[in-house]
Amino acid sequence: MRKARRISAAVALDALMVALAIVVLFPLLYAIGTSFKSDAEVNQYPPTLWPQRWEFGNYGAALRVAPIARFLLNSFIQSGAVTLGQLATAALAGFAFSYIEFPGRQPMFFLFLSTLMVPAEVTLIPNYLTVRGIGWLNTYPALVAPFLATAFGTFLLRQFFLTIPRELWDAALIDGCSRRRFLVTILVPLARPALATLGIYAFLSTWNQYLWPLLVINSQEMRTVQVGLAILQSQEIVSWSLVMAGIVMIVAPTVILFLAGYRHVVRGLTAGAVKG
Amino acid sequence: MRRGGAGLRDLAGALAYLAPSLVVFAVFVFYPLVKNAQLSLYETSPLGDLRVFVGAGQYAQLLRDPAFLNSLRVSFLFALYTVPAGIVLGLPLALLANRRIRGITAYRTAYSFTIAVSIAAAALIWEWLLDPNVGVLNYLLGLVHVPKVGWLTDPRWALPAVAATTVWKDLGFNVVVLLAGLQGVPDELVEAARIDGAGPRAVFCHVVIPAISPALFFLAVAATIGVLQSFGQVNILTQGGPVGATNVIVYSIYRNAFFNFRFGLAAAQAMLLFMLVLVLTGLQFTVFERWVTYQ
Repeated sequence: MRKARRISAAVALDALMVALAIVVLFPLLYAIGTSFKSDAEVNQYPPTLWPQRWEFGNYGAALRVAPIARFLLNSFIQSGAVTLGQLATAALAGFAFSYIEFPGRQPMFFLFLSTLMVPAEVTLIPNYLTVRGIGWLNTYPALVAPFLATAFGTFLLRQFFLTIPRELWDAALIDGCSRRRFLVTILVPLARPALATLGIYAFLSTWNQYLWPLLVINSQEMRTVQVGLAILQSQEIVSWSLVMAGIVMIVAPTVILFLAGYRHVVRGLTAGAVKG
Repeated sequence: MRRGGAGLRDLAGALAYLAPSLVVFAVFVFYPLVKNAQLSLYETSPLGDLRVFVGAGQYAQLLRDPAFLNSLRVSFLFALYTVPAGIVLGLPLALLANRRIRGITAYRTAYSFTIAVSIAAAALIWEWLLDPNVGVLNYLLGLVHVPKVGWLTDPRWALPAVAATTVWKDLGFNVVVLLAGLQGVPDELVEAARIDGAGPRAVFCHVVIPAISPALFFLAVAATIGVLQSFGQVNILTQGGPVGATNVIVYSIYRNAFFNFRFGLAAAQAMLLFMLVLVLTGLQFTVFERWVTYQ
């Protein structure tokens, strides 16, 4: 009797969990459904939950109305370059903070961490003026350069490097291995999980940037996906099925990355925050 | 004791590794921080050149300006609408996601899915859900005979509507942080309380909540700071309107700098936002630290 009650409680909880998953994902699922509806069906009242008749043409139409392929390319170049850059600068700095005992190491580390306290809004206007002064408006360097260093990533990699047995370093020194070779041939391969965490985190957050690309890019062909989306919405008559098709296309890369690297995303978001 | 020569050699060696990061931080964090402070003390030309030194004049002007005070009020309300709601909605999801059942990863992925969605995409999806004529929200309310609401055009509803969008977008992050906190609660702690005769509610209130208080604390601080920096959803959904109802601070900085070309004034606004964030963080520390129990 008691066992039966416990089982039915478990089933009820399972049902609740499925229902909540549908509620949380509803806006996204509904957007996907809408991307396959015809214009007539989108404006129909009452709204349909799922397409009555599947209309695949919205994707092609969205690609014709806005150069989404070009936006995707721009975003891939920006996010890829920022990711590689952050991996490089963070690995170098993380190495210095964990393997080289230099005078002023502690204050230098605090200087790095202090950059986390500066909200982007405070540096926004001067950075815009700097980038404009160099003549970088509407270029890739403007989208990439300000994000090439990361205190968070440096911290993450330093923590990881510190967990690697010290004997490895001592043995390498005895064998006459230089610092650079030790970092490149021994530490970096060992640190692959931490590098993956930082890389996925960097790619996701760069891909989803909105304000900075909006400021430094105003030519059509240099736009990134997030800002470029607005073109679909600013048509004379907004076609929601077209907008949703565009959204599905620009969200797909981060969704794939999120599903493939879920563990890393979680580790990146919680690193040093919760267990302190 | 190491000799000075070795120390200097180590310093030179370390700087070679730190240089790439230091150059980027110097150019894009430290210099602009100082430059922004300087800009805030000057009236600037429309191109952003320093014109007239006005000292704290622009700060004084802002603190008397009804539009800026409105931005402060809107940002405060926005945080009030989003941060507690985000935690209250995230906690049950995190508790369920912490069950030990088969296929739990699928639920965890689903509940934290909005991490993968950008703010621009989230805002556009919600603009469609909130559409007064063909939107699904008004349709559902119509089923229970609630008249149509112009969610984004009605000054009473615009801020709550933008807040709802934000809560949805941030839900995934909240779930991840709270779940990590819950996973750190030792089983023995809960078991011991049960054996002592504590019911589920007592376990939740007196064991689980105190045990995850560092995660709750971190989330409250991070969410407040994040929300005060919101921009994308406002720019896409309402452009600060109607009649300033959603004119959060960052949106107002953006308008002043890049539409009115008053860079100095916008820089002063950014400094005030910076201070506000620092003060809030400090406040939350002192208030919450008292009941947060670190293990």
